[in-house]
Amino acid sequence: MSDQDTALHRVTLTVNGTSRTLDIEPRTLLVHALRNELSLTGTKIGCDTSQCGACTVLIDGRSFKSCTVLAVQADGTSVTTIEGVGSGRELAAVQEAFKQHHGLQCGYCTPGMVLATVELLNQNANPDEAAIRHGLAGNVCRCTGYSGIVDSVKAAAAAGVGK
Amino acid sequence: MIPAQFAYRRATSVADAVAALADPDAKVIAGGHSLVPMMKLRLARPGTLIDIGGLPLRGIADGAEIVVGSLTSHADLAQAAAFAAAGLQAVAECAAAVGDVQVRNAGTIGGSVAHGDPASDAPAGLIAADARIRVAGAAGEREIAVDAFFQGPFWTALGEQELVSAIVFPKPAAGSASAYESIEDPASGYPLVGAAALVTVAGGRVTAVRIGVTGVSGTPFRATNAEAATLAGAPVADAARLDITGQDVFGDTRFDEEYRRHIAAVVIGRAVERAIARAQGGSQ
Repeated sequence: MSDQDTALHRVTLTVNGTSRTLDIEPRTLLVHALRNELSLTGTKIGCDTSQCGACTVLIDGRSFKSCTVLAVQADGTSVTTIEGVGSGRELAAVQEAFKQHHGLQCGYCTPGMVLATVELLNQNANPDEAAIRHGLAGNVCRCTGYSGIVDSVKAAAAAGVGK
Repeated sequence: MIPAQFAYRRATSVADAVAALADPDAKVIAGGHSLVPMMKLRLARPGTLIDIGGLPLRGIADGAEIVVGSLTSHADLAQAAAFAAAGLQAVAECAAAVGDVQVRNAGTIGGSVAHGDPASDAPAGLIAADARIRVAGAAGEREIAVDAFFQGPFWTALGEQELVSAIVFPKPAAGSASAYESIEDPASGYPLVGAAALVTVAGGRVTAVRIGVTGVSGTPFRATNAEAATLAGAPVADAARLDITGQDVFGDTRFDEEYRRHIAAVVIGRAVERAIARAQGGSQ
């Protein structure tokens, strides 16, 4: 291992539609790059062991746990965080559904839950309850007992989010 | 948690990655969903990571055999229609049982196999399907039969300077079908036991069977006694017990050995019964 190899690596990502270039250590996790380098703190760190899903982001349209992806692995990809789902104070339909149907309480899991819902509805625009629970199995919520979340996803599907 | 420092390089070709593995302190990273957690816990501290994520090893080629590139994700495997069409439903079902959506999007079949986790779902399907692990090394490519590949916990037949390039699935005879069954630890989602069975049914009789079992002990194994008894016409529930008796089985405070032996036989039986039902359904 030479000093040159462990030196900063240049990584270029398209984050929420904007090209961003970072010079980072190879050991930087994607979630830390987003939160600490790009100040996109909507992405949360929950368990930090790829169990809870609070750090879920979309990479090239598919959901990933950003605590278990090295930022250098994501070089050249397009990343969507919760900040890229709505626009400013304007909520996207999936966020509005969570708001209307009590899909959150403390809100810590919600950014990951919303992005996992986007992936779920992209794969299956009209999931039944079993498919919703299976599709969100990688996201843990300690407040709601999930029934409000299931209702929110159904409402988002009815609003045509996955179509 | 942050991994210890390491050097990072992106492989430009399989040969380039293999050459970089000449450094005994180097490790290949694909999806990273086994390696990165170990690096965060400092259970693994490779000096150099060789990222093969950009190499053209992704995808499923359906021909005389089904050849799955090592970078193919569990999610893509789970959705591939080629397996059910060939009677290899168990392979897709093992992939669908891995982790959760995000983990299946990131984790690769090659990485999973190379990691050799004894609690992984994938080996059961590979053993039932009689798959071959294609590996690339300094002397070129070779193939390793799955029965010789898994050697112990996190220990495989993969050489130090080799990487998994593909998994090759031979297509079973007409009248074949397979199934994967598991009982998962509700907290971790890992299988306490997973069993995959591939059967060929002709004239109402099972004429060929392979059974792979994972999660129960340090090495995924082939349930050869259950296979022989099933071929001899023994009731499935009786046959399913045969390989578990002599196995060195995991046990802990939540799931003791006796319980695991019991559910292992149950799950093996379920896999065989569902595979037979599918094979008979398909031949009608």
